[in-house]
Amino acid sequence: MKILLTIIICLALSVGASASFITVAPEYEERYEKLLSELRCLVCQNQTVAESPAGLADDFRIEVKEMLERGATDEEILTFMSERYGDFILYNPPVKARTYLLWVGPFVLLVGGILIVIMLVRKRATNIPRNELTEQDKQRLQSLLGDEDKK
Amino acid sequence: MAAEIGQFTLIIALCLAITQSVIPLIGAYKNNFSWMAVGRTTASGQFLFLIISFICLTYCFVTNDFSVLYVANNSNTLLPVYYQISAVWGAHEGSLLLWVLCLAGWGYAVSIFSRSLPEDVVARVLAVMGMVSIGFLSFTLLTSNPFERLFPAAIEGRDLNPLLQDPGLVIHPPMLYMGYVGFSVAFAFAIAALLSGKLDSAWVRWSRPWANIAWVFLTIGIALGSWWAYHELGWGGWWFWDPVENASFMPWLVGTALIHSLAVTEKRSTFKSWTVLLSILAFSLSLLGTFLVRSGVLVSVHSFASDPERGVYILAFLAVVVGGSLTLYAWRATQFSSGGRFDMVSKETMLLINNVLLVVAMLTILIGTLYPLFLDALGLPKLSVGPPYFSAVFVPLMLPLVVLMGIGPLAKWRRVPIKELFNKLKILLVLGVVLGIVMPLAIYRDTTVMTAVGIAAGAWAILTSVFAITRLIAKRDSSTSVTKALSKIPRAMYGMVIAHIGIGLFIFGVVFTSAFSDQKEISVKFGEQIELAGYTFNLKSVGSVQGPNYQAMRGTVDVHKDGEFVTNLYPEKRIYTVQQNPMTEPGIDTGWFRDLYVSLGEAVSENEWGFRIYYRPFVQWIWIGCLFMSIGGVLGAMDKRYRTLTKTSKQTTQTRLSTPVTPT
Repeated sequence: MKILLTIIICLALSVGASASFITVAPEYEERYEKLLSELRCLVCQNQTVAESPAGLADDFRIEVKEMLERGATDEEILTFMSERYGDFILYNPPVKARTYLLWVGPFVLLVGGILIVIMLVRKRATNIPRNELTEQDKQRLQSLLGDEDKK
Repeated sequence: MAAEIGQFTLIIALCLAITQSVIPLIGAYKNNFSWMAVGRTTASGQFLFLIISFICLTYCFVTNDFSVLYVANNSNTLLPVYYQISAVWGAHEGSLLLWVLCLAGWGYAVSIFSRSLPEDVVARVLAVMGMVSIGFLSFTLLTSNPFERLFPAAIEGRDLNPLLQDPGLVIHPPMLYMGYVGFSVAFAFAIAALLSGKLDSAWVRWSRPWANIAWVFLTIGIALGSWWAYHELGWGGWWFWDPVENASFMPWLVGTALIHSLAVTEKRSTFKSWTVLLSILAFSLSLLGTFLVRSGVLVSVHSFASDPERGVYILAFLAVVVGGSLTLYAWRATQFSSGGRFDMVSKETMLLINNVLLVVAMLTILIGTLYPLFLDALGLPKLSVGPPYFSAVFVPLMLPLVVLMGIGPLAKWRRVPIKELFNKLKILLVLGVVLGIVMPLAIYRDTTVMTAVGIAAGAWAILTSVFAITRLIAKRDSSTSVTKALSKIPRAMYGMVIAHIGIGLFIFGVVFTSAFSDQKEISVKFGEQIELAGYTFNLKSVGSVQGPNYQAMRGTVDVHKDGEFVTNLYPEKRIYTVQQNPMTEPGIDTGWFRDLYVSLGEAVSENEWGFRIYYRPFVQWIWIGCLFMSIGGVLGAMDKRYRTLTKTSKQTTQTRLSTPVTPT
């Protein structure tokens, strides 16, 4: 619910914002949209600049637009923004010492998981005798589940 | 008066919960049937008193009793009555009450539908649910009492958060909570099995339909939340990888792993301890989700530290539940027999990989959600983890899962002859790839590698699922008719097929929407025409409209395609009278293959307005897919073998002693 509140705060901030709409030349449109969706609106709880109606987001839009028109690359724009406002503004966290765990973690987990599966399956494929339930187990199961539905 | 009755019944419910968690457990331990039977009566009693409590709070809302603090903060005399009712769960205190009501409802359902189960099992299950209930009831009473009085009473209420005044938000929280809390049943079955030390395939069969139904509620809840965000937030998105969304998505992923793992354990009695662990994990993640959303830790670690009462309580509760059950698990799980043998290429292995992928996906989201919090807590510079990160790590994990999803249902238990399987599937594989390449090109004359891969995956999911049914029909004896053969296929099979088709439809929706959406954000003069994706939008006028508790500016937009009239859209910008917040209410034309979505921005001058237009292809398929998954889940839970259970109880169930109505 907290997030909703901050969305409202953002919306409220937008009331005083400039009413003009920022448009870019068609040749920049795609890059412009993509860049905006990777930048965080700093006054909102959790919104991209593309989505944010806040006045601050408009300032970011103008900044991105002007850099695009000056011929900056996407990377230059993102670097500029993060140097100026901190990594917090980037929704796509940069790979550096502080974020190694974030970027490497999932793949370590995946490899670990797959290794465990392989070990487990190997064990299963060789070590376990073919018969599955003991007579006693079967009887107990039967008495618990009733006689129907033998499969 | 109603508030006092509500509070009093809440306390009674707590007393009943305490009884429910102690007496039946001792009964099960001592083999005393009348003590065990206490579980059922207290479960019903708890549910009854919580219903009364809930009705009392609703009554306070409907009668505008602003001497109740919670009502004064979240309602208003001008609020339409259906929103007054949904305002009961519109904020923290009331949603907790809804939570405990759901929990008691599940407990009551267990006591009703488990008549055929051995008494000691039911007693243990209900006792565990009682313990969970104690945790939440005391949390409500001690830190978040919805019945707290306000003196002097407010003259007028502060109104419900306008964002919540939407039909989607009326049913989204109850569904989500039913799902969250529903996993407490599977959790209770797992803990009961650990307590008794008898972990055979029987408990899995008892627990399975419950896990399915909880999963269905969670699926519907998440889908409704996403649908609400699409309709209410005004920028045409449907999923934001927001921490609050992630909090509900993590239990869903583990729940999905759980319903698959339960299948293996029931059919093959393998992976028992893994299934127990997943049951514990699914419910723990539901609790973690509650902690993340309710403690304020997401906003900032520091705001959590400055007002820690609620957060610390849930954190402690979480620690007790997770720590306690894992300790129990570590102590008991080694005693379980490990089940049958299977080969490297077998249905078992595929389901195991399914589980690994789902759990890794969950852990990835967990890392991404908590990482900024950890850095913040360590005093390091803040960091954002958003959609680009999640798409980058999540999608690669889901692709192999979808590929496996096509193969798994056709594979055999124990051992699969690889060649035979490949021969069966190669045509579908080729067909899927061809569709993946052709469909985007045919519809949009454009594609990318990722789009083709995505559509191929969706087509593969649907093709293989349909094939799973047609194969069974083709295998029938020559004497049986097609309809007879169809009726012989178990419901659980249909459930699986429909749910998997749902995944395919969902993938189509996601891929087409993200690849071929188009949008424009411009300022428009009245009468000016804008072209987008072949449609012509014409802003006719903007006029003011009076709602029950808001004032709105409403735009009228004509939409034409190739000179033909398509629809009228009426986007609104609302100002709610009490809270004075501007809200966007987009105008949406929903279609099978595309949505047209218009939202109104700010006025530039008297006859010029800012304007956002979106073209969203196939976006409805996302929710249609979720609907299919839910239907599949229900069918799975309704399978014949779970229903026959109730009829075969005579040999197993000991004579139930009739107990008098619980004294309170």
